[in-house]
Amino acid sequence: MHMHKLERIWLIFGTSCLVIFLTVIGVSAFYLGNKPPSCLTTVNPETVGQEKPFNEPGLHKVDGKDWEYELVFVASTFSYSPAQVEVPLGAKVKVIATTKDVIHGFEVAGTNINMMLEPGYISEYTTTFNKAGEYLIVCNEYCGAGHHLMYSKIEVVK
Amino acid sequence: MVTSTAAKVKVDPRDAKLSMAHFFVAFSALALGGLMGLLQTLVRSGKWELPWGIDYYQILTVHGVLMGLVLTTFFIMGFQYAAVSRTTGGHSNAARRTGWIGFWVMLVGTLMAATMVLLKEASVLYTFYAPLKAHWIFYLGLTFVIVGSWIDGAAQIMTYARWRRNNPGKPSPLLSFMAVINTVMWIIATLGVAATVLFQLLPWSLGLVPTVNVLVSRTLFWYFGHPLVYFWLLPAYMCWYAIIPKIIGGKIFSDSLARLSFILFLLFSIPVGFHHQLTEPGIDPAWKFFQVILTFMVVIPSLMTAFSLFATFERYGRSKGARGLFGWFKVLPWGDARFIVPFIGMAAFIPAGAGGIINASNQMDQVVHNTIWITGHFHLTAATSVVLTFFGISYWLVPHLTGRKLTKAMNKLAIIQGWVWFIGMAFMSGAMHFQGLLGGPRRSAFSTYGGSEQAAEWIPYQIAQAVGGTILFLGIILVLIIFVNLAFFAPKGEEEFPVAEAENLEEKAPMVFENWKLWLGIAAALILFAYTIPFIDIIQNAPPGSKGFQTWSKW
Repeated sequence: MHMHKLERIWLIFGTSCLVIFLTVIGVSAFYLGNKPPSCLTTVNPETVGQEKPFNEPGLHKVDGKDWEYELVFVASTFSYSPAQVEVPLGAKVKVIATTKDVIHGFEVAGTNINMMLEPGYISEYTTTFNKAGEYLIVCNEYCGAGHHLMYSKIEVVK
Repeated sequence: MVTSTAAKVKVDPRDAKLSMAHFFVAFSALALGGLMGLLQTLVRSGKWELPWGIDYYQILTVHGVLMGLVLTTFFIMGFQYAAVSRTTGGHSNAARRTGWIGFWVMLVGTLMAATMVLLKEASVLYTFYAPLKAHWIFYLGLTFVIVGSWIDGAAQIMTYARWRRNNPGKPSPLLSFMAVINTVMWIIATLGVAATVLFQLLPWSLGLVPTVNVLVSRTLFWYFGHPLVYFWLLPAYMCWYAIIPKIIGGKIFSDSLARLSFILFLLFSIPVGFHHQLTEPGIDPAWKFFQVILTFMVVIPSLMTAFSLFATFERYGRSKGARGLFGWFKVLPWGDARFIVPFIGMAAFIPAGAGGIINASNQMDQVVHNTIWITGHFHLTAATSVVLTFFGISYWLVPHLTGRKLTKAMNKLAIIQGWVWFIGMAFMSGAMHFQGLLGGPRRSAFSTYGGSEQAAEWIPYQIAQAVGGTILFLGIILVLIIFVNLAFFAPKGEEEFPVAEAENLEEKAPMVFENWKLWLGIAAALILFAYTIPFIDIIQNAPPGSKGFQTWSKW
């Protein structure tokens, strides 16, 4: 099988770019810790409302951890609990969320917080809120008739 | 538009009938699915509401199922069936009968699923994620569609196998080889969705089991969901590699490399489903990243394809005396719809592919996951690159099969159709991409999200989508006019089924390309490597199962 010289150059160039690209992504994920949300903890979706930390949705100050606050959300058709929450500016926050029923999305518009909520699984993402203002949380996975009415708000305050 | 007087080889009229049966279903799906698409963009503009209790998510389900599953599968099977017939000298009676059985099984399945959607018993979108629980007839209908497509595909494989038996030691005709690669990939891929439907969703919707393992079901779905998009794309590649060169009057740059790129697609299209599940809990990030790497392997055959196509164009242009770095570009047959309509599709694949690289990249996906950026992305890949190529194919294939001719007037209308599509999609897909970057979610009806300032910024983009959607719907009307003309009213005549020859006829494709044991073995090894351990993890660490929910609006 014959390969034209220019095609060989083209493919070597393209494949080298690909290797560099994948290395950058890999280093970013596993050395710098920018992995997509992939929490492996499970929970019983039927009793999630009685279990810690989901029995008390909202912002909680924590001590002795790598983050200062835990922000707990419980999703169910077609709302999030809490429906609105205030977060201090510059706080390092671990967002912990799950769903009581069907699959929901958890996207904080304008940030990198974007994760799937699946029944039986806990989704987590740690981030710092560096800009004051109101952030909209939208459900970005179809969950039924009121899917587009499902939202919550994070107010980042000084 | 055909001026060539060379001997024409025709698809056997009995095979033509079966292909046309597929196309009637495909273009009916386009008509109805296109109307649904228009209505969706109008609803989301916030300026209009659906009448008579019709629900946004119901028409979204109709649009997704008809465009993503029915139009594509029926068109592809019809096209590949004709391509195999044309390049092998026709199907046997047994293969033809098999093809018809497959066609009817698919059609019955489609009608079963469609009925349930119309009755609002299955507003679960075309991805039907558990624990949303549709009526069992919906899942059974989907099973029929899948099994029907296997039977339909078996007809192509039977004819390919017969050709190989009759021509020992010879490489098979390129188009037949490509069609069989795509069919084989489809069969391997659909095993995943068949498994979740048959073993999880069907028993669960019938009440035989109380709960479903959601993550297993999603993982099996996405094992199928990504090769699904390559199943759409490869027939377009068949046209670009093996048909377009003939239309422009050039040659295939390299027959062997075309085959190699198809084999690479077979190997690297399947073990990659996790890149649709990057933001999901319950899957180890190392395995996600491993599948991200495999996902990016398709960059290599894509680069090969881009090189081959433009090499063909340039060589043809230079043979016509074109000079300078880009002089060859001007002499391409810009007045021929059979060329320019797929060419617009090819051009759209450049930004579409770049967007795909973003989506599949581990971290960047977090910015765009499930935003309307994704919808914009696959309206460039599937709904422009693939679909415009399919339209371009039908503009010569339909008259070829019905014994008619593509007239000058229809050719002109087809070119207008291509540009209308381009303009409509630039508005719609462009606005979707921008809105997605701002966080606007996909698959959502109009909403102000409680007067949110962020959501207010999305609305102008939604209006732009409605403008684009309206232009695209005009494009669909043009396609339908041309299709009906070519099927029933165009003047009788001979329209060529263009099949290109390789530039170098001396160079035979290596026979190792036809060694199915080898390629299926490697494909299976890659799939097992990418999925076995994470899949066992998912099952072993599973939470309690989910009962079913019906959260959509009912009649």
